[in-house]
Amino acid sequence: MGTDRRGFFKGIAAAVTLTAVPTAALARQKQGVPSDAVGMLYDTTKCIGCKACVAACKVVNKMPPDTSGFGRGLYDSPDSLNQYTKNVIQLYKEGDEQSFVKKQCMHCVDPACVGACMLGALQKGKFGVVSYDVSKCVGCRYCETVCPFNVPKFEWAKAAPKIVKCELCKDRLAEGKEPACTEVCPRKAVIFGTYADMLDEAHRRLKNDTAKHYVPKVYGEHELGGTQVLYLSDIEFEKLGFRFKQEESVPHLQQTVTHGVYKGFVGPVALYALLGAVMFRNRGKSDEKES
Amino acid sequence: MHTQAQPVGGPLFTRSYLLLLGLAGIGIVLILWRFAVGLGAATALSDGYPLGLWIALDVVTGTALACGGYAVALVVYIFNKGHYHPLVRPAVLTSALGYTIAGASVAVDLGRPWNMWKIPTYFWNWNLNSSLLEVALCIMAYVFVLWIELSPAFLEKFAADGPARLQRLSKKILPFLNKSLIWIIALGMLLPTMHQSSLGSLMMLAGPKLHPLWLTGWLPLLFLLSCLAMGYAIVVFETVFSSTTFKRNPDMPMLVNLQKIAAWTGVVFVAVRLADLAVSGNLRYAGQLDFYGSMFWLENVLWILPMIMMLTTSKPTLGSLFRGAMVAALAGAFYRFDTYLVAFNPGPGWHYFPSVSEMFISFGLIAIELAAYIAIVKWFPILGGPAQPVAPVGNVSQPGGALAS
Repeated sequence: MGTDRRGFFKGIAAAVTLTAVPTAALARQKQGVPSDAVGMLYDTTKCIGCKACVAACKVVNKMPPDTSGFGRGLYDSPDSLNQYTKNVIQLYKEGDEQSFVKKQCMHCVDPACVGACMLGALQKGKFGVVSYDVSKCVGCRYCETVCPFNVPKFEWAKAAPKIVKCELCKDRLAEGKEPACTEVCPRKAVIFGTYADMLDEAHRRLKNDTAKHYVPKVYGEHELGGTQVLYLSDIEFEKLGFRFKQEESVPHLQQTVTHGVYKGFVGPVALYALLGAVMFRNRGKSDEKES
Repeated sequence: MHTQAQPVGGPLFTRSYLLLLGLAGIGIVLILWRFAVGLGAATALSDGYPLGLWIALDVVTGTALACGGYAVALVVYIFNKGHYHPLVRPAVLTSALGYTIAGASVAVDLGRPWNMWKIPTYFWNWNLNSSLLEVALCIMAYVFVLWIELSPAFLEKFAADGPARLQRLSKKILPFLNKSLIWIIALGMLLPTMHQSSLGSLMMLAGPKLHPLWLTGWLPLLFLLSCLAMGYAIVVFETVFSSTTFKRNPDMPMLVNLQKIAAWTGVVFVAVRLADLAVSGNLRYAGQLDFYGSMFWLENVLWILPMIMMLTTSKPTLGSLFRGAMVAALAGAFYRFDTYLVAFNPGPGWHYFPSVSEMFISFGLIAIELAAYIAIVKWFPILGGPAQPVAPVGNVSQPGGALAS
């Protein structure tokens, strides 16, 4: 057993080195906002919960109504993002505190779903929009697993299901129009523009907020590596369903580690060569007992 | 490479075999139904828990339990312990079946399985950041590699008593295969090293949805260690099982050594894990004995237990080895299952418990695997050691939980 154990620890040491050395050596760069990035800014203090944006989103995306809620078959009444709903207005109410909050894809600067997707069905493309191409989707739902905002949804009721998510009305953007939700908002609670303009506007509102009724930050400026949809609110973001405050993007850890191990595919090729070489050397020298 | 492996022979359709076929039949009917009605009606999966029993059990845990072939190959070919060679074939058979069944579960789980062929062929679309892509490609390749590794067992049988044409063909292929097998076997060690560690990388991307006791940059190493421990444990488990069921004569010192490796790997696993958590500061979560903290310690105790069992047993018996191997395999199963389901928290309002049809599809697939194993060892030269009277086996006459293989 002596040699077995020594060999065993050698193996462990090799495995540790293989994982550790490149990891430490190559930290991954933080992803920057794309130069052509567009953005949305949503301000909970301006939203009156009319859901015009929800209706407009359904129309332009040709989404069926969700009548499973209070509508009981009569009204489109989604209570969250789901397989029929790419944009939703939710109500937060606790004692005297009350606020509406709009949910849709955040169009992350460094999106976990894009890092997850095997064939690039989800991609960050023109204007920084995270878009979906069903022809490259196998329906593995790994994007749903990794999204920190639980945005991608799956058509559970269908035998040929797709992923459903907001694509920031990319076809309308291509025609020079703005997304349906921002276009119809009667209170301009959600507005559209370049990412830089949206961020400036958010900070302008915070600066002019002498009464200090805003939570003093722009959610999405730094959170989870940054998002192209930005939020202002007078109620803590956690209460509105934004669970995470971390500034590191979700893919950062995983890609730092895997890029280290798989850099240039040198590691796997070297390991294959090593395994082959050891076996080749071992040939005919085994301690096989004749029994 | 010579072998003394022989077919077990004997009647196939025993009563317990018919039970397996019954379970397999139920599974197949349910799979057809799942494709007709969609995943929503057939499963308890949701947008919060999009991955469930099929992935966590059949793929993530199942392939680790199918790492016996990988684990034994390392001992025989890399550490050059040729006398372990009789263990290779049964281990590779279990691996081939385990991985094939895992592939089948993925096909059942995918929403658009008819697009599966695009994964290996649309290479210009490959997202090289995706750990899932790596896992998918490696597992597809590994299934082929395992069946090629195993093919001499079938060819030997055909060369001996197959129909004339098949006999000639087999005799022609065998020498060529035996000569080139070394490069296939090397691939058979590279691929699991890659995809078993990538199964860990995969859940790194769950980021803050994964509990900090499980989320670490060392997930790939921990997954690799766990599959090795489970691989060695399952070989011990399986050898004891077939030696009692098929009256083979097990080589005790060999089994004791393999169980030692499994036990040591468990200890190293816990050491790496605790050291990492201590450095990152996340060990404080283990101090809170909430649900997550308790699961964490349960895993660690299970990982250490085989070593304790070994140290407190003066003379190992088949029974003690069987129990030790079962605990080691269970430790790994818990760790992997927890990483994919229990420690994964999509937020308030989401719940998951597998539906009855999900469970019976899993049972059905495992039954198919076991049925195929039994048929193959009865017909083909897989198991070594001539049938001899077996030494007393402690209290294990018919190992019960063998469904886990």
